[in-house]
Amino acid sequence: MMAARIFRRAIPVVRQARSYADVVSTGPQMSFTFASPTKVFFKEASVKQVDVPTLNGMFGILPAHVPTLQVLRPGVVTIFNDDGSATKYFVSSGSITVNADSSVQLLVEEAATLDDLDIDAAKANLEQAQSEMSGISDEAVRAAAQINLEAHEAIVKALA
Amino acid sequence: MKASFFHFTFSLRLRSSVCLTFIAVTMFARTSALVFSPQCGQVRNMATLKDITIRLKSIKNIQKITKSMKMVAAAKYARAERALKPSRVYGAGALALYEKTDIQVAEEKVNKHLIIGVSSDRGLCGAVHSNVGRAIKSQIALSRPGTEVMVINVGDKLRALLKRTHGKHILLSCKEVGRKPPSFGDASAVATEVLNLGYEYDKASVIFNRFKSVISYKTESKPLFSPETVANAESMSVYDDIDADVLRSYQEFAMVNIIYMAMKESTTAEQSARMTAMDSASKNASEMIDRLTLTFNRTRQAVITKELIEIISGAAALN
Repeated sequence: MMAARIFRRAIPVVRQARSYADVVSTGPQMSFTFASPTKVFFKEASVKQVDVPTLNGMFGILPAHVPTLQVLRPGVVTIFNDDGSATKYFVSSGSITVNADSSVQLLVEEAATLDDLDIDAAKANLEQAQSEMSGISDEAVRAAAQINLEAHEAIVKALA
Repeated sequence: MKASFFHFTFSLRLRSSVCLTFIAVTMFARTSALVFSPQCGQVRNMATLKDITIRLKSIKNIQKITKSMKMVAAAKYARAERALKPSRVYGAGALALYEKTDIQVAEEKVNKHLIIGVSSDRGLCGAVHSNVGRAIKSQIALSRPGTEVMVINVGDKLRALLKRTHGKHILLSCKEVGRKPPSFGDASAVATEVLNLGYEYDKASVIFNRFKSVISYKTESKPLFSPETVANAESMSVYDDIDADVLRSYQEFAMVNIIYMAMKESTTAEQSARMTAMDSASKNASEMIDRLTLTFNRTRQAVITKELIEIISGAAALN
């Protein structure tokens, strides 16, 4: 019996260690840079997902997204951090670049958190923009006024 | 002469050595002034006290001005450097695409080259403007013969540098640069004008001074590409199919971003260069003031000694 015990101890016991499956590596992490000309919001940060409003619709960018170039329209950018929290910014316009190495550059002209925007002022501006639209005939001025109107509509929609 | 006789008799009556000295000094001072006037025919005349005083006063004023300019430049530099940090991240983001895809334009295909030189209107900042001007001139000189090179000046100083020799290359000049810190709106205005000109370039470069430290900056050139070049580049095939409109908007925005980055770096480099230039100017001025003060004192003592010699020799001649 003693011999058996010693013998059992002598042989290394191969035991199947049970644990959770390894995290599936999804490839390179997203290196996210989000900046305006005067302020840097994220610099080469690692985030889970970014939702951006572009001229071609709303894009949700995850790591290993197919490389693309897009131009933004006024709207809300939502950033989902690694820890699960989400931050929202209202952006005026800009561009987003997704590169092959999963780096994302989001460059915007103006960005503000939703708290910084006043919904009453936004509604007043929207009404003013709508009234201006009706009185314009020149093409270029009309286009500028249209952009103005869309921006205000987006602000009001974001704050609603 | 009658006056001098009167003084002689007057002094003899008084018989006081002090009075004699005083009156004699005034008389001989007057005569010595007549004899040693600066207009009198010597070729190399030793500067009189008055000349040195005038010169000393003007150099002291200059030193005050350069010192205050240095203070102003230091304050503006501190502000520009603080604003440069986010602009650098922004600019790096704008250039990231071109660096990662490494788009090149084949030299043979370049028929039209656009150079955007970024500097400012104001001088007294060392070699800032001439460095950019020199880089532009060398790019024009090194371009393949037959290539049309056109230059856009942001800043009046560049226009002044290039007007005489390379006047036919100048396409557009921008003024009122450098008075206030550059904003995104300024860069946007420049880019709008460039686009409105409708110049179809094959290759473009932005030449500016990149700020490295308070005492050093480096003249650099960053490339800009036309939408056609980007659309046809091989490395861009990785990117999901992109509309021509989207690509054009993207390129226009990239142009504004790169010009903005160049303007920000350029102002910081210019203010730091002005600070060092004004600092060395004030130092030179104080050196000159020291030397002149010594000369002034020497001259003053020499004048007094001369007068004393004349008095004493005059008195000795009387006895």
